[in-house]
Amino acid sequence: MTENIIEVRDLVKHYPVTRGVVFKKTIGHVKAVDGVSFDLKAGETLGVVGESGCGKSTLARVLMNLEKPTAGQVLYKGQDISKLSGGALRRLRRQIQLVMQDPYTSLNPRMTVGDLIGEPFEIHPEVAPRRSRRDKVKELLDLVGLNPEHINRYPHQFSGGQRQRIGIARALALRPEVIVCDEPVSALDVSIQAQVMNLLEKLQAEFGLSYVFIAHDLSVVRHLSDRVAVMYLGKMVEVGTEDEIYERPTHPYTQALLSAVPVPDPTVRESKAIIRLQGDVPSPVSPPSGCRFRTRCWKAQDVCAQEVPLLQIRPGSDHPSACHFAEKREIVATHEAA
Amino acid sequence: MSEQSAPGADGSGRPSGRLLEVDGLRVEFRTRDGVAKVINGVTYHVDAGETLAVLGESGSGKSVTAQTIMGILDTPPGFVTGGQVRFHGKDMLKMSAEQRRRIRGEGIAMIFQDSLSALNPVFTVGFQIAEQFRIRRGLSRSDAKKRAIEMLDQVKIPNAKGRYSNYPHQFSGGMRQRAMIAMSLALDPEVLIADEPTTALDVTVQAQIMDLLGELQRERQMGMILITHDLGVVADVADRIAVMYAGRIVEEADVYDLYAKPAHPYTLGLLNSIPRMDEKGQELRTIKGLPPNLMNIPPGCAFNPRCPMAQPVCREKVPPLLQLGRGRASACHFAEELVNRD
Repeated sequence: MTENIIEVRDLVKHYPVTRGVVFKKTIGHVKAVDGVSFDLKAGETLGVVGESGCGKSTLARVLMNLEKPTAGQVLYKGQDISKLSGGALRRLRRQIQLVMQDPYTSLNPRMTVGDLIGEPFEIHPEVAPRRSRRDKVKELLDLVGLNPEHINRYPHQFSGGQRQRIGIARALALRPEVIVCDEPVSALDVSIQAQVMNLLEKLQAEFGLSYVFIAHDLSVVRHLSDRVAVMYLGKMVEVGTEDEIYERPTHPYTQALLSAVPVPDPTVRESKAIIRLQGDVPSPVSPPSGCRFRTRCWKAQDVCAQEVPLLQIRPGSDHPSACHFAEKREIVATHEAA
Repeated sequence: MSEQSAPGADGSGRPSGRLLEVDGLRVEFRTRDGVAKVINGVTYHVDAGETLAVLGESGSGKSVTAQTIMGILDTPPGFVTGGQVRFHGKDMLKMSAEQRRRIRGEGIAMIFQDSLSALNPVFTVGFQIAEQFRIRRGLSRSDAKKRAIEMLDQVKIPNAKGRYSNYPHQFSGGMRQRAMIAMSLALDPEVLIADEPTTALDVTVQAQIMDLLGELQRERQMGMILITHDLGVVADVADRIAVMYAGRIVEEADVYDLYAKPAHPYTLGLLNSIPRMDEKGQELRTIKGLPPNLMNIPPGCAFNPRCPMAQPVCREKVPPLLQLGRGRASACHFAEELVNRD
């Protein structure tokens, strides 16, 4: 058994919704993440999938300690990260780094690549003495497949894929153990996306990194992940190995999500059994009672409105699912055909 | 054996009975930094009832082609420098602004990717749909409203009557895209251009919208040009595909042929770049390098610096789009070898 590097326990993050300017009155809460638990093992990739508004980016922010959780804990090697401060917090920040989605807005346009990638060393001078920094940066550029000679260029002189490589180099600078990737390839074209995915895999093998890989693209997540967690409206609805989620999903939402993914193979057009969900995701300010998916679920019964289904292993299945009526369904076979 | 490219591609302008034809189109953007050749001789057509997917990555010129067809190209910086866009055989680029305006909406309509910025935020959704009936059909306010509500109903917006007086920001992304579809179909166009209609949407909503588009197209026997970068969406809905790279069509084929046996190394590269289940854990076979700078397109085949098959001839001669039979065409010097390989 490998050790858990990050343990998330009943994590809750609510944002207040206020009205008024001077006398702000809280009129409700956006329940962005509402009771999420999972483990990240050393050296593995945990994929987190879900549609917009499901709380996956909030999860990333809490994991990075950019937001304090409303309740629950994020434990890094047993330490509660939201309780750390000062030197201990700074040491922790070295270990968990973030790669952001938008390579256009996440790099300061007035800093050269050398400054951007070297900035972490300013904050953590113990990692690289001042004299060796430029060499370190050049090494990092080479590592992510960029020309080390371009160290004095500015972000606008690079394409989207190259900028994402700069972002990855910056995240790697402090030799972290965990990298949280928040939609790292969704802004990129298909051919460039594949290059960046290969790079992420190569770096993981080389440095034994653990990834939390957040994305909405199910095939990208499948390619990179060892385990996958599916989120819906602030909750995890199903967790399992990549195989369990994609081949034997038991939660209706996972099934619908998988069946809706267009398969890049015209020959499966006719044979595809697609589950069409009705309507939109409800507001996270007032999520439905009981199971949050029930308003769009074809299996919903009275019990779904009354009782919140727990994320647990259900009879006839081998991995946790948060559905009262979890069962296997042969719908996703189309994915193999490709 | 190969023959010279598609009928009409010579720019002679003879009518060929097609509904909408783009023929040898060239567009350049004149900017402070230089001239970017964005479209370099694009030829494609769409007939009634069929779906042509135009596939390409950012900067391939797929959207600019659509903007030129609609006559909404920003001039300057964009200038059409050659070719024709024929609708029912008549070159629209030679028409007066008034003639073109009459085609827009009734002849050819377009839906855009970003529905929030495509809709006017200060008018209600219903008003923006009804406006067309009042101005173009001369209907009274109340009749126009009735028709607009019918349209909202047709695109399956629940409670169409109540939603009529909502503003765009009160709609969710999927609903807004439905409203935009209602707006574009209001005047019953013969051709619908859908520019990345589902790119901003989540997969479950994307599936709903693609279903709706397919349904409406079948009912109305519209020709549809679907512009997208998503190989999955294309496989689901297209009849024919035109693949664009650096402002040219590099391959055109029936959807089944293209996925089974691409006849251009770029198409092959794109298909290989998609993560696939049976290759999990393996490195993805990527296309190396980057798309070219449109101000400085490499001589010969624009794809040659990234192409694994490139030979000296590829750096010297621009490969023409040659017919390979069965409606297939490829702009690669080695297309036949690609198609005939095992």
